[in-house]
Amino acid sequence: MSVLSLLLQVSTDLAPIAKMGAGIGAGIAAIGAGIGIGQIGKGALESIARQPESVGDIRSNMIVAAALIEGVAFFAIVVCLLILFLK
Amino acid sequence: MISSFTRIKGFYPTLWLFGILVLCLHFVSAQGENIPASAKDSVVLTGRHASQLEKPFDAGEMIMEHILDSHEWHIANIGHTHISIPLPVILYADGDIHIFSSGRFHHGELAYNGFKLETEGKNKGKIVKVLDDGITPDESAALPTDFSITKNVMSLFISVALLMFLFISIANSYSRRKDHAPKGIQSLLEPIIMFIRDDIARPSIGEKRYGRYMPYLLTIFFFIFLNNLMGLIPFFPGGANLTGNIAVTMVLALFTFIITSFSGNKAYWTHIVNAPGVPWWLKLPVPLMPIVEIVGVITKPFVLMVRLFANMTAGHIILLGFMSLIFIFGNMSIGLGLSVTPVSVGFALFMSLLELLVAFIQAYVFTLLSAIYFGMASEEHAH
Repeated sequence: MSVLSLLLQVSTDLAPIAKMGAGIGAGIAAIGAGIGIGQIGKGALESIARQPESVGDIRSNMIVAAALIEGVAFFAIVVCLLILFLK
Repeated sequence: MISSFTRIKGFYPTLWLFGILVLCLHFVSAQGENIPASAKDSVVLTGRHASQLEKPFDAGEMIMEHILDSHEWHIANIGHTHISIPLPVILYADGDIHIFSSGRFHHGELAYNGFKLETEGKNKGKIVKVLDDGITPDESAALPTDFSITKNVMSLFISVALLMFLFISIANSYSRRKDHAPKGIQSLLEPIIMFIRDDIARPSIGEKRYGRYMPYLLTIFFFIFLNNLMGLIPFFPGGANLTGNIAVTMVLALFTFIITSFSGNKAYWTHIVNAPGVPWWLKLPVPLMPIVEIVGVITKPFVLMVRLFANMTAGHIILLGFMSLIFIFGNMSIGLGLSVTPVSVGFALFMSLLELLVAFIQAYVFTLLSAIYFGMASEEHAH
């Protein structure tokens, strides 16, 4: 019986689950950003190894691409913050 | 040497601006002594200030207070004395303009002139009208239109004054030292201006047309960069999170959107409404392709806005969070607080250096993407 009442409470009082959802969403956003920027770094390092004299160009392009990917990750963060701080 | 400064073209107006700013410092008051006896002795203490003396450290509230805008500029808390600059409140309600200092609100404890600063509930942080008893907010009335000079607006004035001083100085230096090598502030800013011209404007917009957009690109780059940097300085006049205010970034993105739309030539609009090479059944009964293209046109400035806002706000939250760690552990035990301090300060130092880099990168990316949008909007048909 206590298990049933626990399930009832969990399924009707959904506010804490919303907060947990926000936390999980932020974590997944971080994973996405990490994978994306990691692949940019890998590509950049390999190209520098192939042609060391173009370090400057590769570095600027890498930073631009990293900023764009971080922008997308921050979208997800903003959505999670909205979940946490709005009713 | 002073005479060389007075010969700067915009010197006296900027001196006026600085004079006005100094006059605002006159409003600094030690707020702790100004609370009237009735608010201090009453049994029911409302508002933040009186109850702050007993509350334990609340990290979330401290962080939110630093991120968000406010009607006073908090400088320091020395002991229990709360030092801050109360900024003017300008309200427009029922056809009347009310201007007064926000110190009259006493952090939300007292109502003044029919208005009150809400500290809890759905209108938290906003100014609401009160009913005749002077305490309960008027639920049915609309909020007064708030044109106040808040902390962000004050920081905007300060950074604009600094920008104008810097650039009017070097403009005059350039006109006075026409065939000489650059000297002074010129040498500091010239490489950055050349960088924007040669690595952002020229490749993205093209040799023939980049000159029209250079003033705007220079303005937004230095505006965003300077405000990001000033947000990192912890004491007055820095420390106001201006570029982390979504209204400010929205205005910057709106300017980019307006300039992009006005510089769009026929090829640009044709690509949006009637994209060449797309089969007719995607455009005619239900214009799917135009809808996708219009969503793309709206999304690009929107992303610019959110990217800058989220980067700056997240950076501030992380820095404040590391500093709060010290106090959270300190509340548990003094020993824990002391031992976590070097770790916390080390992380905060590392994050501050990263935030310096992010300040530059965000200004660079905003300017680069704006230049790319201008280039795409005005490029000749070059398939």
